[in-house]
Amino acid sequence: MLLSVVSREQKMLFEAAANRGFEFDRLDDRRIVFDLENHRYDHDVILERCINHSRALYSLKMLNASGVSTVNNYEVARVCGNKFLTTMALVDHGVPTPKARVAFTAESALEEMESMGYPVVIKPPIGSWGRLIARINDRHAAEAVLEHKETLGSYHHSVFYIQEYVEKPGRDIRSFVVDGETICAVYRFSDHWKTNTALGGTTANCPVEGEVGVLSSRAAEAVGGGVVAVDLLESPDGIMVNEVNYTMEFRNSVEPTGVDIPGRIIDYLLKVAQT
Amino acid sequence: MGACPECGASVDLDFDVVEGEIIACEECGADLEVISVNPLELELAPEEEEDWGE
Repeated sequence: MLLSVVSREQKMLFEAAANRGFEFDRLDDRRIVFDLENHRYDHDVILERCINHSRALYSLKMLNASGVSTVNNYEVARVCGNKFLTTMALVDHGVPTPKARVAFTAESALEEMESMGYPVVIKPPIGSWGRLIARINDRHAAEAVLEHKETLGSYHHSVFYIQEYVEKPGRDIRSFVVDGETICAVYRFSDHWKTNTALGGTTANCPVEGEVGVLSSRAAEAVGGGVVAVDLLESPDGIMVNEVNYTMEFRNSVEPTGVDIPGRIIDYLLKVAQT
Repeated sequence: MGACPECGASVDLDFDVVEGEIIACEECGADLEVISVNPLELELAPEEEEDWGE
């Protein structure tokens, strides 16, 4: 298992692996050095649980290039780790997703926001846990956020990913897909427009029959399969896929759903190791 | 039991604590990483970076 610090999820995965008599090593990404010319690794399969997207991406590329199977693979991490690439994949596969635009200057971004109509949401293309995501209600806010991003942000904040704001009923849906099957889902409730559980949202079981299950599986397929968590929005026009996560957290979702998410991940890992 | 490297308070650990685990100091709230279980060694946990997440 490739990781740095051990979160609650990692401990649950250790336990699931131990319960199945599955032997594993822990590879700390803070100690790993990859030799780009001579590389050979003796592991059957690697479960990637890095907390840094950049470390995950480089490590997965290296491992896959060396013939080691990983969960998830490099392509899934590349697409899910970047909102621009995720939207492209969803659109290509006909999966409903909020309208999104990408602009490279504050002027063109502002012009586009004005034409889309407020509110809109602006997000860094790479990032997680709702960090630095802003809901922009009017032109004044847009000008302020764009100026701050240009002046204070790192280089990827000058790529402006703008998304239509989707009105939702005080909750969104987080579903879990393993090997193409939507195994469970939760509603995430919050009074704030951001419903990330990392920001304190609460959860309850969400049935996966019907559109939730079908769209989640289609979204997972669009980004390349594996083990992913899909964020869905219940818009007035139907359910839409907002984002897809490739190193998902699930500590708050096992209890409400009654589904052994870490167990299902380890079972899938064993299947990949055997193929 | 270990000492918090931030505030010096005693930190109680669960019996199943593992190397690399992140725990919180109940006294000052600092996130701590368990560097080693035996002997017990605690350090301040890494700070959140821009590309951290799911």
